Amino acid sequence: MSEAASPLGKDLVGLEGLGGDRIRMILDTAEPFKEISERRIKKVPVLRGKTIVNLFFEASTRTRVSFEFAEKRLSADTVNISSTGSSVAKGETLVDTARNLEAMRIDMVVMRHGSSGAARFLAERIPSSVVNAGDGWHEHPTQGLLDLLTIRDHAGGIEGLKVCIVGDILHSRVARSNIYGLRALGAEVAVCGPRTLMPPVPEELGCVVFSRLEEAIEWADVLNVLRLQLERMEAGYVPSLREYNRIWGVSTKRLEAAPKDLLVLHPGPMNRGVEIDSDVADGEHSVILNQVTNGVAVRMAVLYLLAGGQPEKAEAAKQGGES
Amino acid sequence: MSEKVLLKGGRVVDPSRSIDGTHDVLLAGGVVARVAPSIDAPEGARVVECAGQVVCPGLIDVHVHLREPGEEHKETIATGAAAAAAGGFTSICAMPNTDPPIDDPAAVGFVAAEGRAARLARVYPVGCISVGRAGERLALVGEMVDEGAVAITDDGSPVMDSGLMRLALEYSQAFGIPVADHPEDLGLSARGHMNEGIVSARLGLAGKPNASEDIHIVRDLLLAELTGGHIHLQHVSTRFGVEAIRQAKARGVRVTAEASPHHLVLTHEEVDGYRTEAKMNPPLRAAEDVAAVRAGVADGTLDTIATDHAPHHYDEKEAAFADAPNGIVGLETALGVVLTRVVGEGVIDLPTMIERMSCQPARAFGLPGGTLADGAPADVTVFDPEARWTVDPKAFRSKSRNTPFAGWELTGRPTHTIVGGRIVWSA
Repeated sequence: MSEAASPLGKDLVGLEGLGGDRIRMILDTAEPFKEISERRIKKVPVLRGKTIVNLFFEASTRTRVSFEFAEKRLSADTVNISSTGSSVAKGETLVDTARNLEAMRIDMVVMRHGSSGAARFLAERIPSSVVNAGDGWHEHPTQGLLDLLTIRDHAGGIEGLKVCIVGDILHSRVARSNIYGLRALGAEVAVCGPRTLMPPVPEELGCVVFSRLEEAIEWADVLNVLRLQLERMEAGYVPSLREYNRIWGVSTKRLEAAPKDLLVLHPGPMNRGVEIDSDVADGEHSVILNQVTNGVAVRMAVLYLLAGGQPEKAEAAKQGGES
Repeated sequence: MSEKVLLKGGRVVDPSRSIDGTHDVLLAGGVVARVAPSIDAPEGARVVECAGQVVCPGLIDVHVHLREPGEEHKETIATGAAAAAAGGFTSICAMPNTDPPIDDPAAVGFVAAEGRAARLARVYPVGCISVGRAGERLALVGEMVDEGAVAITDDGSPVMDSGLMRLALEYSQAFGIPVADHPEDLGLSARGHMNEGIVSARLGLAGKPNASEDIHIVRDLLLAELTGGHIHLQHVSTRFGVEAIRQAKARGVRVTAEASPHHLVLTHEEVDGYRTEAKMNPPLRAAEDVAAVRAGVADGTLDTIATDHAPHHYDEKEAAFADAPNGIVGLETALGVVLTRVVGEGVIDLPTMIERMSCQPARAFGLPGGTLADGAPADVTVFDPEARWTVDPKAFRSKSRNTPFAGWELTGRPTHTIVGGRIVWSA
């Protein structure tokens, strides 16, 4: 692959401010990459010779594995670093970790970190590309992109669609990336959940606010149901999981009362019987496993574009036609 | 000390005596000897030409963190006193949240002695309200005052126990010192890293709502009213807080209150981009709050401007936002920022600025200075109100560089800082 300037810029830190054109470019670029994962031999030489570090300061299985598959299927060389057992646990600062990685001449860092802003912090300090795999409560842009791709696949488009994000918006990087991405593509966005789990002034983020799920379901075309982390209950944001399920849990009964067929997404991992009932998760409305499949394709597209790949050449690059 | 200094032809502004005009000021024997339209230089006097400059009672900052003992890599009493002198301050009050904290007479004596040894700005120790700043039992207030403490505070942390705050406001009355409080209800704010609002919502950072500050401001006002004690509210940043203090003053409550330069000129938008140099506590708030703090300084509700100078090593601020400590340095930028952005924008006039930065802090904390009356300590600040300069943190005398004002173009900076008749700093 030629060393052209990335059409995305150096990094992917968030969807806020990225703009509809670039978001559409990533989604369009993901389309040809979907097919690679369906092959018998799931490997193309697109990122051959590129070194990527997956730097995970927080536990993650789904996102880390998804990135790793994307990298390996594009033939990148990868190293995984998790916070347990690394020098990070010995008190090394984020900036020192970054400089040391840089000194080993890497091309990209995929980072998950517990502090909002950590991805930007890293991106401003190293010349390698940084992909934000989730920073605190801030953003999880590749999750937002895979949600957009899945919605686009199933609804045929995003502009004018009504999407409601349900659950813990306050602590959710997925919610913020969804809000920024959906709005950039012209969707109407709502949030629904207990007020204790809403960010301050959600209206100023451009969201319609529903406190009751019945109202949200009446309004929406798409529900993106967020995981309720058990620690939120322990911290007192909601009094009990049973009560949360009764009031904000997405059930078949509630969906049947909706005026139209809703699409249901969930970023995983699910708490079945809490924010989503099993018959919904496994039912006809659910596109949850499509999200997982799309995650690999979207991450391939992001890595390809950040490495300088041009969107119109993705199909050719995939065939190994471009050196 | 006995050197005579004649400050010739400056615009002398001394709100304590309603003086604003071209005068000469003679300093002799460590005190102000005379202020008059024209004074002939006595034998051996050092004459400082002050035409075009402002000559005023030395600036006093009642809220600085000098980090010694315990965090000398950030600042020491000597480097803090040097930064003060370079910023035009002749007196500073050192907060007791050091390690160990300044909660007993020996520790107070240490700060006072180190301050005297530096021979720069005067350093006045402030003692803790509670033993170990733990918020449980009153510290040795009387003995700390005997060693030179001019106030008590657990600054950096609020006093969460209202019963303890009541005791402090009662007990301190025997010594004529204010109880200074950092008003913050930690139950609402402890997890927060910035102002709660649209910026925290966008950035995904936990917020500190205005209410966390307002609740303790109101509590402290009620306790001052209950006890008759003198509450000094530190770094007030909220619109409701300003209004509550305004009403309490109208009722005759013994309250004095500070505004920090950064809360007068910056909003929470500064945090965008996760700028740790815009992280402090209380946080930068919304534009409506900045307007209210400005109005409070203008009408005297907030009677004192104090920097909350809070040095941190650059390694500590070079971190993800949530991991960086609170605080910014302020001693070497305060005068320029206030002259340029508060006086310069017509919020207050120059004499009012000097009232808020010299006369009133001296009264509130019972400090010598704050006046050029005959016989007062010869603590004088001379500044050029038209000097244009660019803030360069590398040039700071402070050990630390953590400022949101780096690169700012300011108008007005000190040219001479005189303490006890001795020129301790000149441009």
